[in-house]
Amino acid sequence: MHISTNLWIWIQALLTLAIFTFLYKDNPLFRMAEHLFVGLATGYGLVVVYKNAFYPNVWVPLFQEKQFIFIIPFVLGLLYLTSAFPKISYMIRWPMAVLLGIGSGLSIPLTIQTYIIEQSKSSILRPPYSNLISWINALILFVGVVSVLVYFYFSIPHDRPGVKQISKVGLFLLMLGFGASFGYTVMARFSLLVGRLDFLLNKWLGIRPF
Amino acid sequence: MSVRDFFIRLSKIDRKYIYLVILIGLIIPLIFPPHFPQKMSPQVKRVFEYIDTLPKGSYVILSADYDPSVAPEVHPMYKAVVKHCILRGVIPIGMTLGVQGAGLALDAFTEAEKVLGARRDTDYVFLGYQAGGAVVILGLGEDIKSVYKTDYFGTKTTDIYALKPVKNYRDIALVISFSGSAIPATWAVYAYTKYGVKVAAAVTGVSAGDFYPYIQAGQFIGMLAGMKAAAEYEDAVNRILKEKGIGKFSTSAIRMMDANSIGQLLIILFIIIGNIGYFLSRRRK
Amino acid sequence: MRPLLEKKIPLALVFIIGIIMTLQYFVPHPISQTIYDNSLMWDRAIASMAYIMAIVSFLRFHSRRLKDKNYAPYSLVAILSFAAMVLIGFIGGTGSDSLFQKMYDNMMVPLQATTFSLLAFYMSSAAYRAFRIRGIEATVLMITAFIIIFGTTTIGNYVPKMNEIVEWIMAVPNLASKRGIMIGVGLGVVATSIKIILGIERNWVGG
Repeated sequence: MHISTNLWIWIQALLTLAIFTFLYKDNPLFRMAEHLFVGLATGYGLVVVYKNAFYPNVWVPLFQEKQFIFIIPFVLGLLYLTSAFPKISYMIRWPMAVLLGIGSGLSIPLTIQTYIIEQSKSSILRPPYSNLISWINALILFVGVVSVLVYFYFSIPHDRPGVKQISKVGLFLLMLGFGASFGYTVMARFSLLVGRLDFLLNKWLGIRPF
Repeated sequence: MSVRDFFIRLSKIDRKYIYLVILIGLIIPLIFPPHFPQKMSPQVKRVFEYIDTLPKGSYVILSADYDPSVAPEVHPMYKAVVKHCILRGVIPIGMTLGVQGAGLALDAFTEAEKVLGARRDTDYVFLGYQAGGAVVILGLGEDIKSVYKTDYFGTKTTDIYALKPVKNYRDIALVISFSGSAIPATWAVYAYTKYGVKVAAAVTGVSAGDFYPYIQAGQFIGMLAGMKAAAEYEDAVNRILKEKGIGKFSTSAIRMMDANSIGQLLIILFIIIGNIGYFLSRRRK
Repeated sequence: MRPLLEKKIPLALVFIIGIIMTLQYFVPHPISQTIYDNSLMWDRAIASMAYIMAIVSFLRFHSRRLKDKNYAPYSLVAILSFAAMVLIGFIGGTGSDSLFQKMYDNMMVPLQATTFSLLAFYMSSAAYRAFRIRGIEATVLMITAFIIIFGTTTIGNYVPKMNEIVEWIMAVPNLASKRGIMIGVGLGVVATSIKIILGIERNWVGG
């Protein structure tokens, strides 16, 4: 066991342990660590956004390359500052409107293509299939997608004969899907904890794996 | 105390004992790793083989759209893919749509410099963060250098040697979105659907199940899902490093996956014990 | 005057820009392409300044809490750490060997990663105390979960065909359920986008 003498490793370890104290109960040490994170994250974001996004996209074109058309997005962006003044804070809606308009407009045709057309195309039965397993898989897929869509279609009552049975199949498949997601989620959650424990044992306490 | 009473009491145990069992269950395999074998799963194989067979000098965009909250799962994948690209002479172009991904991506490229002697702007390019999300993805399809006028370090992209032959997605062989959320879907919507560039996803276990429809529809070429995929990819890259006589292997994901496996088995045990106690207490009533 | 500035102008902007951006997708003319390129540039420019709102909100919230003696020490830590990170980043640079990057790697990353790692404990506690098999649907969920949990361990590699079974569950029944949900989500996204453009959805302008 070779405990690290690196100051940064000790800072990492102490901050990790401060967060872990929450497992016992909420305490001032945990709150300090939490607020420290919030401050650091906000400051980090400001520096990266300024250097990588604002400076090359706004400052350089407007003030160095003298492309004066950029005064419009610059002024619209400055309107975000009005969020600090309740009387004129409605002005943040103007840059938001521009972003919403562009975003919504761009997304409509592409979303229809990606989520509806392509997905529906890939669910349709397209015989012949090369073997029995491919047939079964294609049938399960087709029946599954239709039954799940019927399950979520609430405009018709689900106690009607036919609809009831189809939506039961949909529910069965949904449970299968949620079980699969839960299984993967277990792996995901443990990964985060194992990552921190690995750091504490390996890097901080120097307990190398045997 | 009868067996029935034992299980009923066990199913109502205080949660601090549960936390203790979890801690011990994870610490032991980290100190005494069982070295379970790695076997590449089909989805990981698809992504690995795609990059492995790219011609030298191809370009791959690696978008670090994740943050430290999912780093133990996704960061080893990012590091492994960066190394794989550089080892095969493929030029990775690092970028991120989320502010916090910049630091993590930088860490991966710095490690590639130390382990493989990779040179910035020759063997790899790191563009950094850009605001706009979907709009950035669309902009890369028109002209990468007008979206990123400078790289992360402030160098003009028009002056970067490795980027000279690259204009837009037509010059990109593959885009991989590394994420802890639904951002890979945004790449499928805006990059694949409009520009036809090949996309793959590298995601956490939580969102893995949601991306299978994209794979079957051909919108993704494959997917790396969770720490198991990270361990498999890391193992494969270590074999390439061994082949090339470079001894600096990365084993973080492989080691952590062994401990993770024990943790997952503990969860199965907990659910079984909890339900035994539940059924026994119902019978008593 | 006020309703014009507060509601009518933003709604008009969304309508005009939304219609133009939807139609330009179908128009291959060079003017349409120019509109597309310029709108992407302007969007990136405006989006890069949206972070101002986050900063304003952060500073207002924590400076207000400085007056409350219960929260003052915590808010002071938040504001000082924000200021330190900003100064270090602008003065010292953001390269791989900079103090800025070291603070990111050794303070931000462990704090955020550890906060989310607590979920493993809560999930274990929930699995033990709350996950009960109460019907057929819950049984199906649990059996699938057990197969996937076991199959995604490296121990699962010892079991023949385990990888293939997991892949089949994910690629067929799971895919069917997720695709059904996805098509529904896609329809919802399109409907909401159209509602925003037409001004039917007005929550963002105060209803």
